[in-house]
Amino acid sequence: MIAMEYRGPYRVRTVQKPTPAIEHPHDAIVQVVRSCICGSDLHLYHGLVPDTRVGSTFGHEFVGQVVDVGSEVRSLRVGDRVLVPFNIFCGTCFFCQRELFSNCHATNPEATAVGGIYGYSHTTGGYDGGQAQFVRVPMADVGPTKIPDDLHVEDAVLLTDALPTGYQAAEMGDIREGDTVVVFGAGPVGLFAAKSAWLMGAGRVIVVDHVHYRLAFAARLAQCETLNFLEVKDMAEQIKRMTDGLGADVCIDCVGAEADGSFLQRLTGVRLKLQAGAATVLHWAVNSVRKGGRLSIVGVYGPTFNAFPIGNALNKGLTLRMNQASVKRHLPRLIEHIRAGHLRPRDIITHRMPLEEVSDAYHLFSSKLDGCVKAVLIPPGADALGWPDRSAA
Amino acid sequence: MNRDPYTPHGQARDEHEADMAAGHVHRQAVDPQRYAHIPGWGVDRDKHDRPAVPMERTPPRLDDIHWDRPPQQVSDVEVLHSTERSGLTPVYGTTAPPRGLSGALRRLGFRYSENDLRRWLILLFADRVDVVEGLAGDVARGHVPRIYAEMGGRAELRHNPAGAVRKAVTVAAVAGAAYWLWQRRRDRDS
Repeated sequence: MIAMEYRGPYRVRTVQKPTPAIEHPHDAIVQVVRSCICGSDLHLYHGLVPDTRVGSTFGHEFVGQVVDVGSEVRSLRVGDRVLVPFNIFCGTCFFCQRELFSNCHATNPEATAVGGIYGYSHTTGGYDGGQAQFVRVPMADVGPTKIPDDLHVEDAVLLTDALPTGYQAAEMGDIREGDTVVVFGAGPVGLFAAKSAWLMGAGRVIVVDHVHYRLAFAARLAQCETLNFLEVKDMAEQIKRMTDGLGADVCIDCVGAEADGSFLQRLTGVRLKLQAGAATVLHWAVNSVRKGGRLSIVGVYGPTFNAFPIGNALNKGLTLRMNQASVKRHLPRLIEHIRAGHLRPRDIITHRMPLEEVSDAYHLFSSKLDGCVKAVLIPPGADALGWPDRSAA
Repeated sequence: MNRDPYTPHGQARDEHEADMAAGHVHRQAVDPQRYAHIPGWGVDRDKHDRPAVPMERTPPRLDDIHWDRPPQQVSDVEVLHSTERSGLTPVYGTTAPPRGLSGALRRLGFRYSENDLRRWLILLFADRVDVVEGLAGDVARGHVPRIYAEMGGRAELRHNPAGAVRKAVTVAAVAGAAYWLWQRRRDRDS
């Protein structure tokens, strides 16, 4: 089969790889129909995630068709169309029993701090991802979800990570009616966090970034205010000036380890790796949120440590909440929102490219060229499966 | 007319500014009509409608669970495991097992817990060694890697030609300067 292969920082290509086989009685094999490049894939692409091995295949946002199932799989059959949450989880461990599916303890031997994730280094379990023609899907009775007939394939693929992560980011902000919500990052997750904040009754939503086309995209798609941090002297001052001097009720970090905006943070966090990524957004968020406010973090950071003002967070009485999204929890409600017309996730897709052009797709997304917001990869043979392209929703 | 927005004692003359400075801010009640143009505004105001509230929820809303614990995966592939757990998990990935010098470094890194900085620094170093080994492996198999293409050079030329030229000129200048310095040193030594 053809699969994307990591060769080193900023270097990926497609290669021929053996088609994955059933390795566990609860496995399924899925033929990929659509696969996205996620913003967090860029941390891998830039060589920032420890234990990212040459030869790995990335991709944790994919949908496809079941082509084989293990002996213990009962809820899926060959031919089923499934969307596959990026979390690999067992369904029965201590954490899964509490619906903390992203924190599953039984699918990632390499680390305890994070659960299993498709195509996201050996730090998250050493699984190959979905930027390929076929992928091994463990614990197939609990992870994959059959795609309803009325759901568009491109909406389905965005339900595997980007949309639930944005929604959970807003959820963890504990938004109350009329709240002012500042979302740092106008990428796909930031856009969905902004849209979700409105669903939860936010009074104002302000999206912060520095890429002009992304800010314009956010203003159009999420109907929010935007703020270009390059035009701001000091983030905390600016946010307070915009919010009656108190600060935002909720700040959401949808950027993570590779934030721009501070030379010192970039130098120590990204270039020299003296901390687990640039903590610029954490710094801004703590100082821009109001006293007693909430800070929600879904931006991805490395496993070591970051320099950020925990003392101010203490003095301000902040609530900090963070996690990888437990995708499966959100699917029923988010599908309702799509059906009701509250959300149309596929509107964020700007690029649809053959899998064979994966090197170009990563470069476009990473360097923010050609107005790229979200790139979808189409493996060879995917369209021959005859999935309907459009749907009622 | 005095245009100074502050009194000699530093207090804002504007009443709203003074209120903001003192934290005397009163928010008006929300008028849903203001948000009529936003699809679905406020439909998840009630926290009961938010699917991950509360954070922990037992029993989990999962159908089709027909096992107490997943059976143990069996494999001949070398899989490293964190020192913070006693063995392999029931399910794991078997891709890209440790190999060569980078593999030896990874085995060394995995001797330390996730709590120990050395583990992560060794793994990051192993990743860099792996890149060199990957290049050498390509060449050993008779495949010359198309590094510029792997870095998305075609997209760069198409969508950022000025940037591509700038990078090419920078690389050429650095290479030229290095060559010139090397030649000068060679001439001086001879």
